[in-house]
Amino acid sequence: MASFSFSSSLSTTSQIQRLSSLPLKPQQGKLQKSVVPAIQSKIREIFMPALSSTMTEGKIVSWVKSEGDVLSKGESVVVVESDKADMDVETFYDGILAAIVVNEGETAPVGAPIGLLAETEEEIAEAKAKAQSKSPSSAAPPASSASPAAPKAETPAPPPPVDGPRKTVATPFAKKLAKQHKVDIEKVIGTGPYGRITPEDVEKAAGIAPAKSPTPVAAPVAAAAAAAPVKASAASPAALSDIPGATVVPFTTMQAAVSKNMVESLTVPTFRVGYPINTDALDALYEKVKKKGVTMTALLAKAAAMALVQHPVVNSTCKDGKSFTYNSNINIAVAVAINGGLITPVLQDADKLDLYLLSQKWKELVEKARAKQLQPQEYNSGTFTLSNLGMFGVDRFDAILPPGQGAIMAVGASKPTVVADADGFFSVKNKMQSCFSFCSASSLANLPVREQYQKLAFVRAFTKTSKTRQGKKNINGTSNEVHQLCKMVLQPYPYH
Amino acid sequence: MQSAMTMSLASPSLTIAPRSDCSSSTFLTSRSLRFCGLKREAIFGLNSSHSAAARLVSSSSAAVFSSSSTKQRLNLKVSASVSNDNGTPSKEGFDYDLVIIGAGVGGHGAALHAVEKGLKTAIIEGDVVGGTCVNRGCVPSKALLAVSGRMRELQNEHHMKAFGLQVAAAGYDRQGVADHANNLASKIRNNLTNSMKALGVDILMGAGTVLGPQKVKYGKAGAGETVITAKDIIIATGSIPLVPKGIEVDGKTVITSDHALKLEFVPEWIAIVGSGYIGLEFSDVYTALGSEVTFIEALDQLMPGFDPEIGKLAQRVLINPRKIDSHTGVFASKITPAKDGKPVIIELIDAKTREPKGTLEVDAALIATGRAPFTEGLGLENINVQTQRGFIPVDERMHVIDADGKLVPHLYCIGDANGKMMLAHAASAQGISVVEQVTGKDHILNHLSVPAACFTHPEISMVGLTEPQAREKGEKEGFEVSVAKTSFKANTKALAENEAEGLAKLIYRPDNGEILGVHIFGLHAADLIHEASNAIAMGTHIQDIKFAVHAHPTLSEVLDELFKAARVSRKASLSPELRFSVILSWYSKQPIFERINSAKSQFAFLYLQCLVFFLNLI
Repeated sequence: MASFSFSSSLSTTSQIQRLSSLPLKPQQGKLQKSVVPAIQSKIREIFMPALSSTMTEGKIVSWVKSEGDVLSKGESVVVVESDKADMDVETFYDGILAAIVVNEGETAPVGAPIGLLAETEEEIAEAKAKAQSKSPSSAAPPASSASPAAPKAETPAPPPPVDGPRKTVATPFAKKLAKQHKVDIEKVIGTGPYGRITPEDVEKAAGIAPAKSPTPVAAPVAAAAAAAPVKASAASPAALSDIPGATVVPFTTMQAAVSKNMVESLTVPTFRVGYPINTDALDALYEKVKKKGVTMTALLAKAAAMALVQHPVVNSTCKDGKSFTYNSNINIAVAVAINGGLITPVLQDADKLDLYLLSQKWKELVEKARAKQLQPQEYNSGTFTLSNLGMFGVDRFDAILPPGQGAIMAVGASKPTVVADADGFFSVKNKMQSCFSFCSASSLANLPVREQYQKLAFVRAFTKTSKTRQGKKNINGTSNEVHQLCKMVLQPYPYH
Repeated sequence: MQSAMTMSLASPSLTIAPRSDCSSSTFLTSRSLRFCGLKREAIFGLNSSHSAAARLVSSSSAAVFSSSSTKQRLNLKVSASVSNDNGTPSKEGFDYDLVIIGAGVGGHGAALHAVEKGLKTAIIEGDVVGGTCVNRGCVPSKALLAVSGRMRELQNEHHMKAFGLQVAAAGYDRQGVADHANNLASKIRNNLTNSMKALGVDILMGAGTVLGPQKVKYGKAGAGETVITAKDIIIATGSIPLVPKGIEVDGKTVITSDHALKLEFVPEWIAIVGSGYIGLEFSDVYTALGSEVTFIEALDQLMPGFDPEIGKLAQRVLINPRKIDSHTGVFASKITPAKDGKPVIIELIDAKTREPKGTLEVDAALIATGRAPFTEGLGLENINVQTQRGFIPVDERMHVIDADGKLVPHLYCIGDANGKMMLAHAASAQGISVVEQVTGKDHILNHLSVPAACFTHPEISMVGLTEPQAREKGEKEGFEVSVAKTSFKANTKALAENEAEGLAKLIYRPDNGEILGVHIFGLHAADLIHEASNAIAMGTHIQDIKFAVHAHPTLSEVLDELFKAARVSRKASLSPELRFSVILSWYSKQPIFERINSAKSQFAFLYLQCLVFFLNLI
């Protein structure tokens, strides 16, 4: 693939190089006025002005003056069509319009000379000769007008011999971006379907982070970078080593959102704690309530919520790196895979709802999630996240802590394990591996040890909650088991 | 008399109610409001059968003096149209008074009006009720455009920020969008069907064929066809997407608007052949849903058919900043659908020289090159009618013309099938015009008063002539043409919506203030155009309409500004109230009238009406 990119002919390469390396004059950003002194003393060039901040090229609507006309300062010379409007362009100097370089109906990039202004009649011939040299390629500026940077720009990488004509297929937006960022589209390696050049390819070649929306690059930067694309386009694909024949499938919006969140999570310092949980009691409880429509997810969420009541610090977030934000509600988000993505429906106030209501709520949320009908507060208001891969036979994993939450719990499958008790007796118990990722936003060093302990205590609390035996009747008759669990959680911990 | 009745019918509840108990002065004023409508009609010769003055006099006298009898008749008329009775077959021994072939929007409009006029009406449909507009055109495309408009807004970070709104990545579910379009189509289809059923229009299923004068057969081929007779027949069979030669439509990667509206997939890159209404609207949909678009236009510039100035501005807003590029002055000579791991391949040739202009490789191609009339199998040979490029030739009254240039009696053709103006509402208006004619009132539809709209974001709308057309006409007929323009940037409501990009353009005659054309590009342009199109239809001139009041702040003030920006040399005609007071004060000073008045007031009033009329003319 890479070899293709250099197969365009030498002549076009150098032309485009010259073009893009043209230094932009300070009229950039200034409206209306355009004529700027050029290299030679007597013959001035009329440049394509930048009529708006987003303008990259302009089309000559009409020349108000024709060759040979005497111009005086402030007179309209040419009408230019930008991306926004048609505007009269005035001259800053007196003189004679010696030559028109860019004809009516043609386009030229901002900063390219579109006409030549001679001071005296004698110079007209000279100016015309100059115009001749640049007119064949309508918009390309002459070599002489290029700044010292030009020779450098001309030298880079003699293109390898042309191995037959190569057709460049670029999407409309890719072409637009290439023009905007002054990237030679012929040199960009297409990674899109059928090897076409996508907007991302152009952005990569221009050295822009593709995520960012295309903001116009400051002109000098673009000019300076002009020589770079060659290198960039050659180097960056090498780093990512495209395997020929690979197809690129862009993220769906949901996948993009997940990806964005995950990348953001890298900014959150975390530490991870693993803890095995004996689930015999939990399993027994689950067996008992299963027929009432209670799922393991609801059980775990409830247990987590009850543990969080005791350890609000785990239910807190650190938003600015300076303070804790204690959340008044305990909202348990539970990660669910849905078609083509991942979403975390939130069980709001999980500590207050009883197990059955919670299960019912959960069922509704999952249905809504599948139908993509979740309201924003139903998936982004979580204060603690639960991720369970146990049903897939995963026995342990650690989860990525989403930004803005205190902790996430990753739960693996519960399976029979040989354990030795305090007296050295072996027995087989169901054990579940859990892994907690905590936000250590204020960093481990700064956080008082006590806080750390609190977090660890939470782990214990959770395990306790899950382990607790059922059996005792609850006074109000609702989900007595869990209420019982909570009571046990309420007992003080030695770490405090 | 007839005209008085129809005019009054336009708002029966308003005029009938005050008649019995209001004082005569207010009554006179309210009557006079009607004169101004009539006056215009008379001047612009919509009805050529009577002399304008005579009609005016007779109608107004009817309204003023025989109010009791008019009231009775009105009531009769109203009750006739309210009851669901689809008339009785006319006495001449036909099965129906009117048979319409094709239940699209045109046929539907004609059928409803026919029932209102007391005709026994049947409508024949070979496919589904609703035709192109409802099932494969305007209606589902509006659903898609509604989605695309919102998507565009949500995706526009800058726009949202300007409102102080924060929106996380907006996304869409393709099937959900497609369902919305489909549901809308079926809802409108049901509404259409029910409205006809409720009025008692017979809906006959099966393809219709004209067998001869006043005779039609319908039914599924081979499965029992029925022959019916009708006093008058309207052909309203509409059109299908036009696919030029060399283009292979597979319905998946090379598609027409019919397929595109189902939105079965959203390609990453789609070529749209043709940059008219259909192409533009689809480019709006596809770019909002994330596709990139390449236009292929045979003419030298995009958006032919729009006023050049509007087209240019629209291009700046609708095409240049979006992920769209274009090839102009080229034909797509061959389009091969994607298969065997190859993309859609489009071969281009120069539109003039026919030289190859390279190929394009895209993910999909949408053929939006226009529409072809659907007139096959209509049995036109039975009545010696030859189509022209598929279109059925008609005169200005939609009366079908046969191969010898003679009118075919009792046969009319409306809508896309006659190609006069391929717009749903134009078809409906033509249908109503035909029904007016067959019920004894001559009527010619002024096509220059039919508005058109393109529902991009923002919208484009127009009525009447474009500037070049107006200038050409002005040159030919020797009148001056002026142009007035206003920007949406000065409109409060548009600024509040952060949608100030837009232009309204008025093309008019500075000598008499006639509106020749209005073109709007901007927020809700499609809804704004009707003030102008109604003015053209009613013959209202700028010097009069500029006194009309618009609520503030509304977008309609763009048109208000527009009318006020026009420079017309003629003064405004007197307002109705003023007119009356002038006449009455003058009249009371005239002793001769007093005498006449005491003798026979009716004549005096007749005279008065004549005076009013002539005063209006001034």
